[in-house]
Amino acid sequence: MRIDKDLVAASATPLVLGILMDGDLYGYAILKRVGELSGGGMQWTDGMLYPLLHRLERLGYVSSSWGTSDAGRRRKHYAITQAGREALADRQQQWAVVSGALRQVWQNTPRFPAAVEGWA
Amino acid sequence: MEVSHDELEAQIDRWRGYIQRNQAISPVDVDELEDHLREQIAERQASGLDDEEAFLVAIKRLGNLDAVSREFAREHSDRLWKQLVLLPDGSDGAGAPPWRELAVVLALAVGAGVAVKVGLALIGDGEALARNVGLLTLPFLAGYFAWKRRVSIRVVAALVIPVVVLAATLNLYPFVPGGSTAMLAALHSVVVLWLLVGVAYVGGRWRSGRRRMDFVRFTGEFAIYFTLLALGGAVLIGLTLATLQIIGIDFESVMEEWILPFAVPGAVVVAGWLVEAKQQVVENIAPVLTRVFTPLTAAMLLALLPVLATAGGLVDADRNLLILMNAILVLVLCLLLYSISARDSLAPPGLFDGLQLVLVLAALGVNAVMLTAMLTRIAEFGYSPNRTAALGLNILLLIHLVWAAWLAVAFLRGRRPFAVVERWQTSYLPVYGVWAAVVVLVFPPLFSFS
Repeated sequence: MRIDKDLVAASATPLVLGILMDGDLYGYAILKRVGELSGGGMQWTDGMLYPLLHRLERLGYVSSSWGTSDAGRRRKHYAITQAGREALADRQQQWAVVSGALRQVWQNTPRFPAAVEGWA
Repeated sequence: MEVSHDELEAQIDRWRGYIQRNQAISPVDVDELEDHLREQIAERQASGLDDEEAFLVAIKRLGNLDAVSREFAREHSDRLWKQLVLLPDGSDGAGAPPWRELAVVLALAVGAGVAVKVGLALIGDGEALARNVGLLTLPFLAGYFAWKRRVSIRVVAALVIPVVVLAATLNLYPFVPGGSTAMLAALHSVVVLWLLVGVAYVGGRWRSGRRRMDFVRFTGEFAIYFTLLALGGAVLIGLTLATLQIIGIDFESVMEEWILPFAVPGAVVVAGWLVEAKQQVVENIAPVLTRVFTPLTAAMLLALLPVLATAGGLVDADRNLLILMNAILVLVLCLLLYSISARDSLAPPGLFDGLQLVLVLAALGVNAVMLTAMLTRIAEFGYSPNRTAALGLNILLLIHLVWAAWLAVAFLRGRRPFAVVERWQTSYLPVYGVWAAVVVLVFPPLFSFS
């Protein structure tokens, strides 16, 4: 199943911040984690992750530091900051409202056959 | 096996070379992307792909490089703010052919010259002309950006209406000849007009803090280009003048009546275009200039501070001195804004940020002395237009500097990201515009046009 581009874009920030809550990670590991969490459903263009990370850094939600990989390469690690935690909490509330609303709508509406097929 | 790995390294090298040509992606970002690429390749190799296949998959997964670099550019507009023209709307890379732009610029430059010349002829010399000089030149610069950014009708209205109001105010108010409200209105109208140029510059997206920062950068670069043009022009005129004098031809009247009225307004438009046309010459000088002048200005303020504080008798302090100090404070603020705009917002706090804080604190000290002087003068002599305008500006500067200092301390201590410092600077800018508009529109009737 391909997930709509807008939906991916909207969920990217809370997803990345949420992943960093479990500990510091570098870009590639963050993407792998996204893949695992979505069962491979969310395919990001790898390159797009970095401008996003840089934006989160500018906003003060994450901080970065250069370290070394196992292979001895320079590698940039990202960690969530206090402001990032607050931003994440905020996003969580917003998403809870959205998903709650969607759940109710979908409970009351019979699914279109095409949609059912798509889910199967 | 060895050979094929060499080939892989060569491919990665070529990829690096290609991506590095992109100004929006800095070398450290390329390092980061390369680390990602190599990780991706290693994983593909582990699952059995050969070098070539692994490289191709990794490149493919990295995505369309143009799209990625556009995202980088959006995020790091400071790195290539001169190319912004291509970026914000991004839809058409082509735009107008270069000759058409040059023609528009020259037409506007000549237009500004004609406007000033006609102004000279109609209004004659003196105060009324001084009040109108900004109105006769800056709309042409704004017009260039409005054309270049293809602004909407609403933005055009947002530009034209204030200019009409300003023109009406400056020319219909019954100013008393030689009065100070006329002088104040003339000075402050230029500030309002410059901010309107800014609205055109950002293509009407004046609510965006980052676009405002781009305009601050533009203002700094514009000042540098204009100064360079003025210096070059002065040398040229000086040499011509000297040569013609030897031959015995009076060139001075030609210069005053024809060359200067066209050259100076024309230079305003041309300087704006030069900045826009991303002439790379000055690009690397701007951060250097702020690095040189920030410590020097801080030292100057620190030297002035004890002199001012111990001068005694602030009530009879020369009013010219107070005006001069106000000018210095405004200049310090410009320097501060410009150096903030030239700074990489992701860099960690450093020595230079400490110096900047010293500059702000020194400016605050001078500001405090000035405020005391002004308040005592006002207590002694009452509110005159000049004193009120100066007091207002000082209070605005005080608020600006106090909060800037507070944020700078928080940034130096690692409590806040640099973006917060930037945001404060850009969000405070319109306050000056509002104040300038108040001085132009409200002060003259308030002080009965004296």
